Amino acid sequence: MTKSSWPLYEVFVRGKRGLNHVHVGSLHAPDDEMALRNARDLYTRRNEGVSIWVVKAEAITASSPDEKDPFFAPSGDKVYRHPTFYAIPEDVPHL
Amino acid sequence: MDLERQFEQTVAADHRVEPRDWMPDGYRATLIRQIAQHAHSEIIGMQPEGNWISRAPSLRRKAVLLAKVQDEAGHGLYLYAAAETLGADRAELTEKLIEGRQKYSSIFNYPTLTYADVGVIGWLVDGAAICNQVPLCRTSYGPYARAMIRVCKEESFHQRQGYELLMTMMSGTRQQREMVQDSVNRWWWPSLMMFGPSDAESSNTEQSMVWRIKRHTNDELRQRFVDMSVPQAEKLGVTLPDPALVWNPDRGHHDFGEIDWTEFWQVVKGEGPCNAERIAHRRKAHEDGAWVREAATAYARKKEQAA
Repeated sequence: MTKSSWPLYEVFVRGKRGLNHVHVGSLHAPDDEMALRNARDLYTRRNEGVSIWVVKAEAITASSPDEKDPFFAPSGDKVYRHPTFYAIPEDVPHL
Repeated sequence: MDLERQFEQTVAADHRVEPRDWMPDGYRATLIRQIAQHAHSEIIGMQPEGNWISRAPSLRRKAVLLAKVQDEAGHGLYLYAAAETLGADRAELTEKLIEGRQKYSSIFNYPTLTYADVGVIGWLVDGAAICNQVPLCRTSYGPYARAMIRVCKEESFHQRQGYELLMTMMSGTRQQREMVQDSVNRWWWPSLMMFGPSDAESSNTEQSMVWRIKRHTNDELRQRFVDMSVPQAEKLGVTLPDPALVWNPDRGHHDFGEIDWTEFWQVVKGEGPCNAERIAHRRKAHEDGAWVREAATAYARKKEQAA
């Protein structure tokens, strides 16, 4: 019995125009074109999408969960980046 | 904070565990076993109903049945993909299935003798599956929970098409009504067995509840299924084949008879009516498809070299 050596692809679907593509899952396929066709059959059987991206899983670079605290630390102490940091009197309109 | 405590806190707070998080070996192994078994069930589950595609009574019924069986394939693939995020190898999972080293739901080891079975499988078997699966949409492992959300959305179509098929047959001839009743008689008890051994006998439940992989015990879910099915059976006009089935106002639930656990364990151990046939069929499909997989790989390689 031969083992499947088809690469793993991650699948992203745009649900409707105006929305971002969102990761929906993964699948195996021999090449990019078949990955796209398989993704259509697997993830959009009920009009769930108007556009699909597939990308080989090995091509994705991801942050590591082990270092998530130090990695995201730079934004942790910058509360002044949020609108709620600024005290404005309640009777100032449209702000 | 050490990794194990961090994991326990994540789970206890009802947060999701994601693929690259640290997790105990036992959690990973339990999930791979459960998700693989679930995926195999979807794939093997294509066979009993697939048996009726070529003999569906109308084009409409045939289109519906084809769509349903295609969904089962899709469910299997969502779940295999979830298992792979835990480090399981897809090809290896298929090998384990056809070598009998991993199990699938015993319900698919019963034969589909008449077309009414297509309806009863949709109503009772998919109904029981929904009872099991809805709580899994909140299971602690993220990719499994997300796969289950997709599956549950689609299962609702399966159950409704089954019930509608049965309603149509029940408004037909006497023979058609008898066919439905006969089918219910054969599938009711195996459907109850789908929830697994009783809580006292279930070796995996306790740890799985702590890890929030499972959210309810086997007996709780089985009771929920019985309570749901009784009014549906009444409306349909069929009798559930259990003389002990009766409403218990004190408990607020239906009491029901004892499952034949000897039969349950026999089928689990591979001695059900169709165990050998199901695996042989899956093995043949896998082996007959080998040349397609190889040809597609060769074609992809050739195109890559030409580029």
